Amino acid sequence: MASSYKDEDGHISVKKPENTAFKQQRLPAWQPVLTAGTVLPAFFIIGLIFIPIGIGLYVTSNNIKEFEIDYTGLDPSSPCFNCSQNFSWNSTKPCTCSIPFYLEQPYESNVFMYYGLSNFYQNHRRYVKSRDDSQLNGNEESLRKPSKECEPYARHDNRPIAPCGAIANSMFNDTLELFYSDPNGTKTQIPLTATGIAWWTDKHVKFRNPGGNNDNLTAAFQGTTKPINWRRPAYELDSDPENNGFINEDFIVWMRTAALPTFRKLYRIIQRRNTMVPTLPRGNYTLEVVYNYPVRSFDGRKRMIFSTISWMGGKNPFLGIAYITVGSVCFLLGVILLFIHHKYDNRNNNPDISSN
Amino acid sequence: MSFFGLDCVTKTERELERKLRANDREYNRSFKYATNAIKTSKYNVLTFLPLNLFEQFQRIANAYFLVLLVLQVIPQISSLSWFTTVVPLIFVLTVTAAKDATDDLNRHRSDKRVNNRKVQVLINRKLRSEKWMDVQVGDIIKLENNQFVTADLLLLSSSEPLNLVYIETAELDGETNLKVRQALPVTGDLGDDIEKLADFNGEVRCEPPNNRLDRFTGTLAFAGQKYALDNEKILLRGCTLRNTEWCFGLVLFAGQETKLMQNCGKSTFKRTSVDRLMNVLVLCIFGFLVCMCTILAIGNYIWEINKGSNFTVFLPREDGNNAGFSAFLTFWSYVIILNTVVPISLYVSVEIIRLGNSFYIDWDRKMYHSHSDTPAEARTTTLNEELGQIKYIFSDKTGTLTQNIMIFNKCSINGKSYGDVYDYTGQRLEISEQKDSVDFSFNPLADPRFVFYDHSLVEAVKLENPEVHAFFRLLALCHTVMAGEKKEGELFYQAQSPDEGALVTAARNFGFVFRSRTPDSISIVEMGKQRSYELLAILDFNNVRKRMSVIVRSPEGKLSLYCKGADTIIYERLHQSCSKLMDVTTEHLNEFAGEGLRTLALAYKDLDEEYFSQWKQRHHEASTALDDRESKLDELYEEIEKDLLLLGATAIEDKLQDGVPQTIEELSKADIKIWVLTGDKQETAENIGYSCNLLREEMNEVFIISGHSSDDVREELRNAQTSMKPNAAENPVILSEEAGEGVKLIKDEVVNGEYGLVINGHSLAFALERSMELDFLRTACMCKSVICCRVTPLQKAQVVELVKRYKRAVTLAIGDGANDVSMIKAAHIGVGISGQEGMQAVLSSDYSFAQFRFLQRLLLVHGRWSYLRMCKFLRYFFYKNFTFTFVHFWFAFFCGFSAQTVYDEWFITLYNLMYTALPVLGMSLFDQDVNDVWSFQHPQLYVPGQLNLYFSKKAFFKCAIHSCYSSLVLFFIPYAALHDTVRDDGKDMADYQSFALLTQTCLLFAVSIQLGLEMSYWTAVNTFFVLGSLVMYFVVTFTMYSNGMFLLLPSAFPFIGSARNSLNQPNVWLTIVLTSILCVLPVVTYRFLLIQLCPTINDKVMFKVRQAKATPPPPPRRARIRRSSTRRSGYAFSHAQGYGDLVTSGRFLRRPAISLSSGFSQVGRAATGFSPMGRSAGYSPTGRPQNLKVPDVEVTSLQMYRTITDPSL
Repeated sequence: MASSYKDEDGHISVKKPENTAFKQQRLPAWQPVLTAGTVLPAFFIIGLIFIPIGIGLYVTSNNIKEFEIDYTGLDPSSPCFNCSQNFSWNSTKPCTCSIPFYLEQPYESNVFMYYGLSNFYQNHRRYVKSRDDSQLNGNEESLRKPSKECEPYARHDNRPIAPCGAIANSMFNDTLELFYSDPNGTKTQIPLTATGIAWWTDKHVKFRNPGGNNDNLTAAFQGTTKPINWRRPAYELDSDPENNGFINEDFIVWMRTAALPTFRKLYRIIQRRNTMVPTLPRGNYTLEVVYNYPVRSFDGRKRMIFSTISWMGGKNPFLGIAYITVGSVCFLLGVILLFIHHKYDNRNNNPDISSN
Repeated sequence: MSFFGLDCVTKTERELERKLRANDREYNRSFKYATNAIKTSKYNVLTFLPLNLFEQFQRIANAYFLVLLVLQVIPQISSLSWFTTVVPLIFVLTVTAAKDATDDLNRHRSDKRVNNRKVQVLINRKLRSEKWMDVQVGDIIKLENNQFVTADLLLLSSSEPLNLVYIETAELDGETNLKVRQALPVTGDLGDDIEKLADFNGEVRCEPPNNRLDRFTGTLAFAGQKYALDNEKILLRGCTLRNTEWCFGLVLFAGQETKLMQNCGKSTFKRTSVDRLMNVLVLCIFGFLVCMCTILAIGNYIWEINKGSNFTVFLPREDGNNAGFSAFLTFWSYVIILNTVVPISLYVSVEIIRLGNSFYIDWDRKMYHSHSDTPAEARTTTLNEELGQIKYIFSDKTGTLTQNIMIFNKCSINGKSYGDVYDYTGQRLEISEQKDSVDFSFNPLADPRFVFYDHSLVEAVKLENPEVHAFFRLLALCHTVMAGEKKEGELFYQAQSPDEGALVTAARNFGFVFRSRTPDSISIVEMGKQRSYELLAILDFNNVRKRMSVIVRSPEGKLSLYCKGADTIIYERLHQSCSKLMDVTTEHLNEFAGEGLRTLALAYKDLDEEYFSQWKQRHHEASTALDDRESKLDELYEEIEKDLLLLGATAIEDKLQDGVPQTIEELSKADIKIWVLTGDKQETAENIGYSCNLLREEMNEVFIISGHSSDDVREELRNAQTSMKPNAAENPVILSEEAGEGVKLIKDEVVNGEYGLVINGHSLAFALERSMELDFLRTACMCKSVICCRVTPLQKAQVVELVKRYKRAVTLAIGDGANDVSMIKAAHIGVGISGQEGMQAVLSSDYSFAQFRFLQRLLLVHGRWSYLRMCKFLRYFFYKNFTFTFVHFWFAFFCGFSAQTVYDEWFITLYNLMYTALPVLGMSLFDQDVNDVWSFQHPQLYVPGQLNLYFSKKAFFKCAIHSCYSSLVLFFIPYAALHDTVRDDGKDMADYQSFALLTQTCLLFAVSIQLGLEMSYWTAVNTFFVLGSLVMYFVVTFTMYSNGMFLLLPSAFPFIGSARNSLNQPNVWLTIVLTSILCVLPVVTYRFLLIQLCPTINDKVMFKVRQAKATPPPPPRRARIRRSSTRRSGYAFSHAQGYGDLVTSGRFLRRPAISLSSGFSQVGRAATGFSPMGRSAGYSPTGRPQNLKVPDVEVTSLQMYRTITDPSL
């Protein structure tokens, strides 16, 4: 409350409220009104900005080369049909199948090789939470005592599972290899890079092997057991110590669960070695698959995808089309509203308010 | 004003009779009567937490969140971490608890203050100063002047003659006039002799504690005698002792058992219509929530059967969970996830907004009355938006519309009219402050505050015009005013009606000074000469006679009868010789009445000595007659008051409060109907109706209902209906049966033309009967304005209740006196005019301010803004939460109905608390469509509120549809954009965490932009809040997703790195832009089309404001409305019967001329002597200053009479 003072009339005002813009609700303000002068230009401008962006996106997306092979093997004619039929997690003898294919276009730059799964609910609540981030971060205690969230994949044979949980347990374990068949008939294996496929933060912060920098992973994982579906324990995933255990990049990629039931994950990178030669020249190729991963039970599909990338990532025409559409709609609306505005404008300019 | 508390503790065991003995604590203690300590607080330190929590969890929203919390503990159900619910719940509980704690602390303080007041108690034969709370039943206590009465007391003795004490009961019933209590002679003899009082051992048996203020029964047994006790001997707690040096009393009831405390029942809790709608909506939302959860549970069942059972390889079910059980669990999981549709922060935010808007009312300088130093006060903080929806105003008259200040304005003496000022061309001039007023300096006894502008009258007085002298002599003699003299020459009058005070003051200034009176004489100073008239008789006023007369003998020995009264009554009794004068005077009377002045006719007659002594003899006989005294006296009066000679007429202005006609006109432009409910007479009320623009000459007809029987009233009402709507009788009353509620509602009917209705109290009694109330209401609602006169406080409340019951409309009652309390409490909103009569009206009101005209600002500005803000808030709030929640619903179809959330849990926790709380609060605290000046300029802006246009079920439904659209955009655009896409380095981006981050960022942008569209008043604060919240979001997000936080608590912050890895992707930002535009596009288009095709009043005004780019010119000053009409106020004389007797009985004159030393400019009413003023707190020119609490301000005539021009207005 205001302190006592005399106002202009000489009255003593003890309780007179203060004369501040805030208290008197007179704060200076900008009062936007939707008028034709603001709305219509906005519509046209949005239209004019969106359409070129959309075209740019669309063209970019179309320039990205993508090649996809479904190797699930549902069709009896498919090379992998047999593998997909007689599958068991515990079969000691891996089933292999090779799928020949022909690349119509040469792939000039780095080629990214993805595996895609369909109908796989990696985003199911019980699945998503079935992991122990602190175990994956190398915490010794969590290694020995996995979180409850991992149930029922927390312990096996009275030993803690490392890595625990349903996500880890269901890790994709097909092996894909690519061979180029020369026109003269020789088959050369194309080298696939298995590192650099995971996020830097995942590889260096989120995932850490237990025992810190201890080279002896086997010792670090002492007393734990491998996930039930795995063929090998975590510390034998790769020979490269920088890509082994919890920091194995295939594992990290898998652990980054997908948002939707159909997803693709980066599997390998085919580096361009020679500027003169395309990374993948036109020609015949064979995809050699060690078929381990069962998807038939839940109507899943497995795909192998080659893709190049651009500044906007992989091939996805949606954004381009959406931008073009929205831009056109905006422009069209602008025209329609302009028409309406011209036809009915007098209503608004009628100063006689009381007539209502 | 002291605070005696609000809540009463009900006593468990019932007492049948109270027994007590004076000065015997031992004996009295055996009955375990309550002590005088009061407790109105609810909690103490220990009980606060459990009690407060218990109370809070009785609220449905809080209880709901508690249930959610329990659900979240169950691991199979828990779809969200505990903190998502706990954090908001604790926040809400803490805020509410803090508010309750401060409230209770204030109550504790006031209890303590009251309990620790000191009073003198007779203990062990000595007077000792004790705290109030230590006073016990049976104690004898001594009260001194101006002290509050400590407890309910039996008055024993007092300092005043006849053992009288004077008390003021303002706190109890709101009446400011003093009341008299008288002790029994047997106890009165004790005097102030401490020894005698200490020996007093009277035993009292009386009724048990109850809440009847006007009744008391009991007996006092003392010295072997029994004496009956009634209310006249009781002093109640809450009263104040006035003009009494001291008194002794015996405590009968103490503390909680006093009538005051028994009376203060729990105040009824008022809720606004938005509140009620909100509750309905919340229930709807609950229903909707259950629907959504059921759908999702069914979806889950189907999914589990079709897919889940095949997917067990990777995601095994827990033991024994089949699809059905899983669906059941999913249902509850979704109840948790979708809980945000019933946002817990809704109620808290609503309270905060209302509080803010209440503060604006308190802070408004334009509702501050500088004259009385009274700011407006929002006493309730929960009703603000209702102020924007008022449809009916029920107003008291005296003290609310009028100032209750009477001003002698004009007169007609012997056929000549005085009071108007003409310029040299003969043009009548508007009287304004700048005009020269008459100089009364020739008269040393003149009241300096009296102003008169017509110089010709004072000339006439100076020229010793005999009629003019007779006129003023009459005014100086014929009245019941009491005079007091502080010091030589400084007179002050105490009049029982302000009219009389004004008349006597006028006579005083024109040289006929009423100086003093004794029971049988009146001394006046006539043009400087002291003269004493012998007062032979006062023929008192009553409602039938409508006149009063005095018979006096002049110093010369001439006997005269002076009479003043209603013109119609006086005219009947005039001598034929006056007929010509009558015609002229009638003309003048009509003219005066046309200006809304209250008129009186004055007449006199010389009496024959012989006849008078004979009449006097008969008068004496009649007045001592045992039976039929009244009618015998009336006959005698009738006999002597005839063949009178007309002197002239007076016209008194019942001064309206400033700006009343303008306010009423503005309010009626806003389609608010104003009903005046007054205790005044029909003529007075009608008169005021015209002068304040409620009734207008241009009205097609003003119906007057004054039937004395049920049938008459019905007939009159029907006739009125028929003339307003010729076919009304054929149509049955239109009733629409509201489904579910079973409440009949009357629709508004359209009539052509404007009508007014005046109904009398006795007719109203019939009209309010069950069988007729609908007829009455229908008639009244067809009329533009309604005046109910001679109504009792109960009827006031009944009228309000009637409208509330049958009309879906918000009502407001405004009044200043205790008689308005009932209607103030009954109406949706009660407004008290502060600083006038007592505090009762203010204490029971929801809003209070000093002037009626502030009502315009309260409704058209504050009310409208509050309503607008609340509605905008609710619409936006529901929008933002629905949008937030619905995205989960769509996601369910892609995650196997597994109750997986779309967003990060931290985002869910902080969304309502942090990211969107301040922007929406900012909008609902600052928003205004057009500023106050424009709001006044276009009162029609108020109409949408009355029609509930801004927030209704329809608006809510629109909101839900809008949210549905937005949520679809917000889910499917990111879905499509991320589907199978990868980062610009080829790595994955379609992972759950990136998707969550993208969706929540899109959501936040979309709702922020939507807020920007809603907001029509962007202050710097708003901008800061909106941008700040977005910045805050990014800061918090990057912090939560940082390495440090993850390494600290890996399981709580698993989103490490998502922000860094996604927000550097161009297509993420392209998606955000796309969703934002898509969310906004239809809204802008729709609104633009609405503005173009069917603009609302708001749009039009806003457009106009934009064009004007400046404040509009102030509305032209309205010229004072002058009417010449045939309507005439018959008799306007706010008199009460019986004062003549009082004056002649000399009961008051026995008192020494009051402790004048205190001076009448002392605070409030403390210093006034016994003022027989009835309900009128401030008859002006001579009485004490009203509205003035500051003691040392000299009241000047200017302050008293002119319109105050506050520079801030």
